Amino acid sequence: MDYTATQSGFRQRKLQPNMRLRTSLVDGSEGSQLFEDTSGAASGPQTGNQQAGPQAAGFPGQSILSDPMSNLAMAYGSSLASQGREMVDKNLDRFIPISKLKYYFAVDTVYVGKKLGLLVFPYMHENWEVSYQQDTPVAPRFDVNAPDLYIPAMGFITYILVAGLALGTQNKFSPELLGVQASSAFVWLIMEVLAVLLSLYLVTVNTDLTTIDLLAFSGYKYVGMIVGVVAGLLFGRPAYYLSLLWCCVAIFVFMIRTLRLKLLSEAAAEGRLVRGAKNQLRMYLTMSIAAAQPIFMYWLTYHLIR
Amino acid sequence: MAFTLYSLIQAAILCVNAVAVLHEERFLSKIGWGVDQTVGGFGDEPGVKVQLMNLVRSVRTVMRVPLIAVNAVCIVLLLLFG
Repeated sequence: MDYTATQSGFRQRKLQPNMRLRTSLVDGSEGSQLFEDTSGAASGPQTGNQQAGPQAAGFPGQSILSDPMSNLAMAYGSSLASQGREMVDKNLDRFIPISKLKYYFAVDTVYVGKKLGLLVFPYMHENWEVSYQQDTPVAPRFDVNAPDLYIPAMGFITYILVAGLALGTQNKFSPELLGVQASSAFVWLIMEVLAVLLSLYLVTVNTDLTTIDLLAFSGYKYVGMIVGVVAGLLFGRPAYYLSLLWCCVAIFVFMIRTLRLKLLSEAAAEGRLVRGAKNQLRMYLTMSIAAAQPIFMYWLTYHLIR
Repeated sequence: MAFTLYSLIQAAILCVNAVAVLHEERFLSKIGWGVDQTVGGFGDEPGVKVQLMNLVRSVRTVMRVPLIAVNAVCIVLLLLFG
């Protein structure tokens, strides 16, 4: 009787620090994970409770942890760990703006489907403006015109895998080649973004395009490249050229319609003919950014289809 | 063309070095790119050439000291590892 009482007492006392530790770990990981679970499912607390159950059941064998000194040590250790985590987060946030990056990954399946359709067939879409909500742009989940980084990131990875597949059909594959393709495409991407930034600075365009926006826009061409290469692998060279041509024209139109609203002045964006050297320069800039996309698309894929 | 990140870094260092060696009074003023020639209008139309001259001047001012360090590191690494 006495023994069971102390054992159940021990178990109760054990359960509480474990619950505290477990919930603090769950909360800490929710705060520090890079991309919060924006799907809206409240699965956090339930998994926390389930995990605390088996944890407490495993503990009765360890009696050294029953004394208050080690409870204290455990509580202190967990508070130190959470402090360290906060410090790392704060310092990391200074170099890479993680909070800003979260906005670009707040997508859902409907948005991705619509955006992919828009990248391949932009001709029917009427309204290209990004909607705002009290001065901040609306998250991509709610507005199909907003730029995101999910499609470019996935497209880049898929492009590398498809390039490996295509090189394999030419019997040129080796694992190092994947790394070479990846770094080569990444370097071209960085150079393109730097060139666009430089030309935006030189032309003194007052725009709210951030660097990450430009990265997103430059990453949208990977979708067309993948479509072209896959068509070429399945149906041969004529299919590659046809689908690449289609995707090039689609990306050209997409970029012009998107950038027109961001780079040009109000009057020119509405289609009225506006004279003046500055507007002409901006128009040339928009045209050249859009024209660079098909060039890169061909450059990065022609060696894959032989 | 198989570019790597290392070749991008090399190209960046070479370009910044090239911008840093443009001497202000011996060269830039002679070809009309000196900073005393940037006084344009006070409107909102700086123009491409003025922007470029400002960019060259600011790169030279900002990157002077870091370039010393980066070049020294490059020289040592190239001597050691070829």
